[in-house]
Amino acid sequence: MTTTPVRPEAEVALAPSAAERRATARRWRVVLVLSVLLLAGAAVLTLAGIRGDLAFVLELRGRRLAALVVAGVAVGVSTVLFQTVTANRILTPGIMGFDNLYVLVQTVAVAYLGATAVVTADVRVRFAVEVVVLMGFALLLHALVMRRAAGRGDVLVLVLVGVVLGSMFTSATLLASRVIDPNDALTLQDLLFASFGSPDRQLLPVAAAVVAAGTVLALRRAAVLDVIALGREPAVGLGVDHAREMRRAFLLVAVLVAVSTALVGPLTFLGLLAANVARELLATHRHRWTLPTACLVAVLALVLAQLVLERLLGWGTAVAVVIDVVGGLYLLLLLVRQGRPTSRGTLL
Amino acid sequence: MISARGVCAAHEGGARVLHDVDVDVRPGAVTALIGPNGAGKSTLLAVMARLLEPQEGVVLLDGQDVRAQKGEHVARRMAVLRQDTHLAVRLSVRELVMLGRFPHTGGRPTPHDRRLAQEAIEEVALAELADRRLDQLSGGQRQRAHLAMALCQVAGADVSAAPDGGPRDGEHLLLDEPLAALDVKHSVAIMRLLRRRAAERGASVVVVVHDIGFAAAHADHVVAMREGRVVADGPTADVMTAAVLSDLYDTEVEVHDLGGRRLVAYHG
Repeated sequence: MTTTPVRPEAEVALAPSAAERRATARRWRVVLVLSVLLLAGAAVLTLAGIRGDLAFVLELRGRRLAALVVAGVAVGVSTVLFQTVTANRILTPGIMGFDNLYVLVQTVAVAYLGATAVVTADVRVRFAVEVVVLMGFALLLHALVMRRAAGRGDVLVLVLVGVVLGSMFTSATLLASRVIDPNDALTLQDLLFASFGSPDRQLLPVAAAVVAAGTVLALRRAAVLDVIALGREPAVGLGVDHAREMRRAFLLVAVLVAVSTALVGPLTFLGLLAANVARELLATHRHRWTLPTACLVAVLALVLAQLVLERLLGWGTAVAVVIDVVGGLYLLLLLVRQGRPTSRGTLL
Repeated sequence: MISARGVCAAHEGGARVLHDVDVDVRPGAVTALIGPNGAGKSTLLAVMARLLEPQEGVVLLDGQDVRAQKGEHVARRMAVLRQDTHLAVRLSVRELVMLGRFPHTGGRPTPHDRRLAQEAIEEVALAELADRRLDQLSGGQRQRAHLAMALCQVAGADVSAAPDGGPRDGEHLLLDEPLAALDVKHSVAIMRLLRRRAAERGASVVVVVHDIGFAAAHADHVVAMREGRVVADGPTADVMTAAVLSDLYDTEVEVHDLGGRRLVAYHG
């Protein structure tokens, strides 16, 4: 803290420092390696062992790959957003009950309208209903988070609320499934878990468009999200309309979760894995890096899981289960390594 | 100039903390907010910085209601440093300080912004730690990094014109206990730095200070608060008297002039 530096402009270091250049180069390497791995995995998944009608097989596998990509991107973006606005790295939309609500809505629909009505309804209408319900839930959750934020922003309370809501939705699902005809119950199982095998032809383009739009929106807000990640007071001090940005982020999360769940079923822990692995690899919280990298990690995890199960073990539809087991173990690891979560947020 | 007019405020669901507060923070001067714990100093600062909505009254920034102005227009001229400098994110000192330019750049900094950030980092003597991560710093270093961010946020107002026609007069720094984690050497350096900002660039600087010795030695104006009310407000020499301070803190305080410097001593 000596005197104010009065130096000609040219003399002041404007170029990025050596440390900054090293960090950037490292991040590009991470993105490159992940991309190469993903391309290789995707190529094997699509092209390996093709027999029979080439065009048919390629179309089906292409569609499946597209579903994985769209779902992975949706999960990556939604989790990074959610963790930023809640200032916590162990929360995901899945942990906060979004996925369970999705399942509940499907179950209630089958219970009251009958499986035939639900299955024969336009898949896009079903999707739209889901999106609206999840957005309503997001607004509710947002109101809750904002109340806590105005107090002391206690993350533990939020986690607890998520667990309670999740169990409530699950119990309600169980209750609703009691009144379902056994045949309808089978249809419901298909609705909820079979999507990996053969993603819907009508839904896929809609989902892809929605996720693309959502991702662009999130990336355009990357700088604002960096500020939001500092917390409410610093963000307001920097002129950000904190409440508005939070509301937007929650709504976007709801839409993206609806998309990924509609395409591949509930994936509670994939986002957790993707967002945290991305941050670890990049060693930064800048959203222009974490958003795309979390997407890469999520898609890569889905592709690898699919590869291993389909090629090595021959269990085509259990990807969600495997991802959840791996992701759940990772959550435990995070919790143990981090010690107790503090009330002030645990993004570090 | 920042003015509070008839400000009443309370924390969420709590009792009223500020009662009808009128304060003017003058440009070109360092104003110290002093008072015992729970006097409402930090709350007043939060209301001025629009972090807390007043229940009644208004805060005027350069004559206009601060809530009627656009967030980024206010943020270009007024920076706030809170007591809690704990962050949940992984950032380097330089990245943090650069975020101070956000209201000006919307996240796309120019070489000019990089230079202002570098200057702010040098002003708080963190140049050697500029690429270090905040969670690897000591509490005092982290506090200086946040101060650099605040300095950087309001710097350079005279150089780059507001592209969308926002008002451009003056820089305002609202600092809640910026010295809390600092040793004497750095505390003195920071107070000198703030005085220089005020003198050379006409900044209005508000500092919540617990050490009344520092307030007496470095502030131009002192606002003394107690139980949510302003009990004394004026030039340092008028407020930092044995009578006012003894009454304010319920403790016997002596004030001595020593070679033009005001020294405060209290009996334990």
